[in-house]
Amino acid sequence: MNTYKKLLAASALAMLTGGLMAGGASAKTLVYCSEAAPGGFDPALYTGGETLDATGQAVFNKLVEFKPGKSEVEAALAESWTISDDGLQYTFKLRPGVKFQTTSYFTPTRDLNADDVVFSFERQKEGSPWAKYVDGASYEYFEGMDFPKLIKSVEKVDDLTVKITLTKPNAPMIANLAMDFSSIVSKEYADKLQADGTQQKFNEQPVGTGPFQFVDYQLNTAIRYEANPTFWKGKVKLDNLIFAVTPDAAVRVQKLKAGECQLTIYPDPADVEGLKADSNLTVLQESGLNVSTLAYNTTQAPFDKPEVRKALNMAIDKKAIVDAVYLGQGTPAINPIPPTMWSYDKSIKDDEYNPEAAKAALEKAGVKDLSMKIWAMPVVRPYMPNGRRTAELLQSDFAKVGVKVEIVSYDWQEYLKRASDPKHDGAVIIGWTGDNGDPDNFLATLLSCQAVGSSNRAAWCNKEFTDLIDKAAVVSDVAERTKLYEQAQVVFKREAPWATLAHSLVTTAMTKNVTGYVPSAFGVHNFESVDIAE
Amino acid sequence: MFRYIASRVLLLIPTFIGISFIAFIFIRLLPGDPVIALAGERGMTPERHQLLMEQFGFNRPIWEQYFSFVWNIFHGDFGTSIASKRAVLTDFLTLFPATLELSICAMLFATIIGIPAGIFAAVKRGSVFDQLSMGIALVGYSMPIFWWGILLIILFAGILHWTPVSGRMDLIYFFKPTTGFMLIDSLISGPKGAFKSAFSHLVLPTIVLGTIPLAVIARQTRSAMLEVLGEDYVRTARAKGLAPRRVIGVHALRNAMIPVITTIGLQMGLLMAGAILTETIFSWPGIGKWMIDAIAKRDYVVVQGGLMLVALIVMTVNLIVDLLYAVVNPRIRVK
Repeated sequence: MNTYKKLLAASALAMLTGGLMAGGASAKTLVYCSEAAPGGFDPALYTGGETLDATGQAVFNKLVEFKPGKSEVEAALAESWTISDDGLQYTFKLRPGVKFQTTSYFTPTRDLNADDVVFSFERQKEGSPWAKYVDGASYEYFEGMDFPKLIKSVEKVDDLTVKITLTKPNAPMIANLAMDFSSIVSKEYADKLQADGTQQKFNEQPVGTGPFQFVDYQLNTAIRYEANPTFWKGKVKLDNLIFAVTPDAAVRVQKLKAGECQLTIYPDPADVEGLKADSNLTVLQESGLNVSTLAYNTTQAPFDKPEVRKALNMAIDKKAIVDAVYLGQGTPAINPIPPTMWSYDKSIKDDEYNPEAAKAALEKAGVKDLSMKIWAMPVVRPYMPNGRRTAELLQSDFAKVGVKVEIVSYDWQEYLKRASDPKHDGAVIIGWTGDNGDPDNFLATLLSCQAVGSSNRAAWCNKEFTDLIDKAAVVSDVAERTKLYEQAQVVFKREAPWATLAHSLVTTAMTKNVTGYVPSAFGVHNFESVDIAE
Repeated sequence: MFRYIASRVLLLIPTFIGISFIAFIFIRLLPGDPVIALAGERGMTPERHQLLMEQFGFNRPIWEQYFSFVWNIFHGDFGTSIASKRAVLTDFLTLFPATLELSICAMLFATIIGIPAGIFAAVKRGSVFDQLSMGIALVGYSMPIFWWGILLIILFAGILHWTPVSGRMDLIYFFKPTTGFMLIDSLISGPKGAFKSAFSHLVLPTIVLGTIPLAVIARQTRSAMLEVLGEDYVRTARAKGLAPRRVIGVHALRNAMIPVITTIGLQMGLLMAGAILTETIFSWPGIGKWMIDAIAKRDYVVVQGGLMLVALIVMTVNLIVDLLYAVVNPRIRVK
């Protein structure tokens, strides 16, 4: 950085600091106690929710976005779009006059146009000059959603029109484009950094079109944003937004109570009642777009027999798990997708909890003196507050039907790696939080034949099921897709590759003066509509 | 003197090789790998996993990876984090002052309270104060840090509102750090009130991290003092008619301090282990939490680079101390 730039940066910082301090009395500042530090500031490089909150939700926009609190998609940077009859071409009309943020480190000279959209996707492809712009860059969502194979081209038709051509029809495409890895970045900013030889700043100092613009990040401590005065929906009500990194759940609760932050997430279930009782706080509980499961290894005897899996499912007292592990902050799960998701089949009845019938069914299936392993997750996830406790309850349930259970656990990374191996031994406690509200994101990701060896921890490959969800992914008619997914859920329930355990409630706690916060269905946190009473 | 300095510097070479090897191999002995952490529950196909392992160079022979690691260190390159994609050295230099500041404060707290408490308990052996202070020391020593931290937060921050809950400073104060030590930076460039805020944020983590060393130092001081107070020369000093304060404060204390200072030195090293938990509870952005996160994510580059940087700092400090000893005490360099 040359002296001039240093001076400019210093004066901008001084102005901002002065602004924050002097204008502190009137400026509306919300401090959000977040659970972890962001990995970086390029939303395409990371999969963790803490990074997506700090980037895709705060700084960037997508062509289309999820309606606040819903899993339906609405227009965002694209004013409108059309899909060709064969389902292969998506043409997006961009919103005119959208400005990228002007920050201390970048001043845009033009509005958003088709070049930015093309660049936002092309940069994530292998072979692009941006594919490895920082050491270790890998676009895991882009890969995971199969975009390299699915997208044939992203072309500029004119300044405000972009055409995305697919290699095969893909009904979840629009929902995928609303995910944070599809954030639209500034090509002009990227070109400038490339010319300066400072491409890594793309991951340190983001420039987007979103409600807040980046000010500063103190490593593992706090991220500071200010309202984007040129936001295309109009300036947001908050003047400043601060993410205070607070990894410990109990400490987050204490900080909220002490007024050190105004909003926090994921309290321990044991603290929820106390939060509700506090007259200064508001507690929001929403059914999370998630599921926790016990995934049997369906390639291993005797779990290769559906009747054995069904019998074991009848032995599980899900209500006891919801009461003891989730402390009532959840509901027993019947289907592999949550009840709030479209195409959820309400007509499906859960396997009745009946240890006697389970015992008889096991005997009928020729299973005697069964010993098995249950894997207990070593970490807390939004869908699973306590893997060990859940495993112990399952152990006790299975003991009642004569099945001996050994509980095993591994370090989390090792757990995921081993559980993905189709040769693993026993049944795995695992779960999922939806990325985009499309049933495909649960059913194909977790249960398709293609996902065996990675995210299909039951190693369950059922042709009838996979054919149904493959077909549902290529038809665009929602009613028809709903029918196909409902049929797939019937097959799932009949074959029982998992015992579906619970859908958890996602808790957000905030001070009474915070208004307008809408919890997301996907576990991301967005402050665009938030206001704070003075 | 030159020979002495040369021998100390040469000794660093095998130490460096040994530590670099341990730092490198330690994380690789744990099951799991850094690539799998990138995808989370989503997982990745074996082909993608293989591809990324190759791209990161983790498929190369282990000795090749090791030599490349050492070679890069000699060029000042400690690598780039697999998880965050940031340079390890930059992150370390940003976070280390926080850990150092907390450790120094904790040790000052432990020493300033521990030594007088130990002396007083020894002088008043068998008194209520002795029994009480040593009982408290035992409790302090046995206290799980995590539980102790949360307890103090609930009491002093949650109920009494005497201290803030966590962090290094109120977030309304925003200025670019100069040294990374908040107490110093807030005085140099912080706005009014920043120093007070930095100080108040240090109180609880200092107490939590300093509790165990405090207990150890107090007990060590007491037993060392008791031993010395029974020596003949102390009796002689008393018999000469010296004031009790002089006998205890000058004659006894100076000799009793030798094992105590050794203990303080050892405790300084152990503080690191305590700092990991303390930093987690108090959202303290230091290297303890950073390293733990890196181990959980199997971020080989951060773990090996971070360990190496800590080791290099310790080695440098040891070298300086050795050289200072030699300057102060000529017998050492002759030996």
